[in-house]
Amino acid sequence: MERIGEIIREKGASTALIIGVFVFWELFCLMAGISDILLPRPTQIVQALVQYWPAIWPHTWQTLYTTLVGFSIGVVIGLLLGILIGSSKLAYDTAYPLLVGFSSIPKVAVVPIFVLWYGAGTVPAILTAMIICIFPIVVNVATGIATVEPELEDVMKTLKASKWDILWNVSLPRAMPYFFAALKVAITLAFVGSVVAETVASNRGIGNMMMIASSSFNVPLVFAGLFVLAGLGVALYVLFSLIERRVTGWAHRKTDLASA
Amino acid sequence: MNAAVADIRPGTATPLPTFIEFEEASITYGRGAKAVQALAPTSLKVAEGEFVALVGPSGCGKSTILKMVGELLAPSTGHVFVAGREIGATPIRIGMAYQNPTLLPWLNIRDNVMLPLKIVPPFRQGYRSKRKTEYRDRVEALLDQVGLGGFGDKYPWQLSGGMMQRANLCRALIHDPDLLLLDEPFGALDQFTREELWAIMQDLWLSKKLTVLLVTHDLKEAAYLADRICVMSARPGRILDDSPVAIARPRTIDMTFEPDFVALNQRLRAMIVGARGGTGIVSHPPKPV
Repeated sequence: MERIGEIIREKGASTALIIGVFVFWELFCLMAGISDILLPRPTQIVQALVQYWPAIWPHTWQTLYTTLVGFSIGVVIGLLLGILIGSSKLAYDTAYPLLVGFSSIPKVAVVPIFVLWYGAGTVPAILTAMIICIFPIVVNVATGIATVEPELEDVMKTLKASKWDILWNVSLPRAMPYFFAALKVAITLAFVGSVVAETVASNRGIGNMMMIASSSFNVPLVFAGLFVLAGLGVALYVLFSLIERRVTGWAHRKTDLASA
Repeated sequence: MNAAVADIRPGTATPLPTFIEFEEASITYGRGAKAVQALAPTSLKVAEGEFVALVGPSGCGKSTILKMVGELLAPSTGHVFVAGREIGATPIRIGMAYQNPTLLPWLNIRDNVMLPLKIVPPFRQGYRSKRKTEYRDRVEALLDQVGLGGFGDKYPWQLSGGMMQRANLCRALIHDPDLLLLDEPFGALDQFTREELWAIMQDLWLSKKLTVLLVTHDLKEAAYLADRICVMSARPGRILDDSPVAIARPRTIDMTFEPDFVALNQRLRAMIVGARGGTGIVSHPPKPV
């Protein structure tokens, strides 16, 4: 019982804020008499969500699919690059400027290139989602690995530990909190990537659905698309937070492990 | 298990073979005009099973000597031999402990202490099958010996500084090293915890009879623990003085107040004060050979 009370106290404020925002939105639209072409009320959006659900569902599935595939490839590439760059000073100095330059290109700008190569559809969305989430993962993993205490490295070296031993036993576990912090950023970014690509060049996905809905002035449906994206983003963020808790609980000991 | 290790070592009555030998070994960082000699050509011999402390002003190259023995640094000139062979060619087992305990926060104390067994041959071969049985008992026995019995399941952050440092010592000793390198391991502890750990360190050394090199700022610590104390000059470091500590073992804290002990401390202290004042500020460029 005590624990439930604690959770309510912890989550109460944020829940109240979320509800408050929607209530304010609803009342503001009603009282100012704003047309639903400009800004639909939350109740209208939910209504659209229910009404068009059979049509929204395949688009949701498509966006989730492209995002997750792109994200997974991005995580693998990002993790490998991060390990490489973090464990070698030479690789760090050589590759970092290129990486920074690469990451400062607005990802929207590369979508036409992907379309040129692969045609409109699923592949550009996957590639955009992938490319957008590589950089934060590389930077974080590299930082985690490069900041291993020199004393600890000395201890490992006097044990004649190989580079692989050090990486596996010390550097990688140490980089895990950095990695998960990056994952939470990357998953939300991956949605940005896939939706942008769908908006520009696809005939499926939430982004595409929102484009079509807005061109036919079905504004509640546009907002319904936003709600779906927000829902997916939050769900995946929460999922990774939970995995993070399990894998790197040692790095968050102040909040919950201390009582264990 | 520990007794068996002690038995195969030669008795203290016979002169012990040389275990570490520095032959005019020096270290210079950088090149040309920017070159800084951290350690002047130094010769030093440490016998097998001997406990030697290196004391001296900050930046005098004490830790440099330790790193050369631990094969973390190669001498710029001269040679360093460990167990009769030049470093790098010698398959000896080394344990090392710094002032910073550097325990891995994601492992409990038992797994932290077990880490060397996962890496150092011949232990690593059987690691998977023995970690829950033989190695676990081995770790528990060592933890018991330093007063950490029953703390194997705790995580490093649940321990005090002194307890973490005990675990750090255990990690440096679990793989039965031939050589233990200690770089100010008790420097960050309060006076009483430090004295407690001196006693534990002495017990460990007496039971295992391994060769120990200790770098410390604390003269009392050096005199309490070591067989011999080497006093070093300011940079570029040289060994100014090499004195045996003629105090019977096991030593106790009470003995540190006796006249012999105090006199030794005062003599060492005067030497280090001289070393700081004398050449502490001017750094000499290396002479062309």
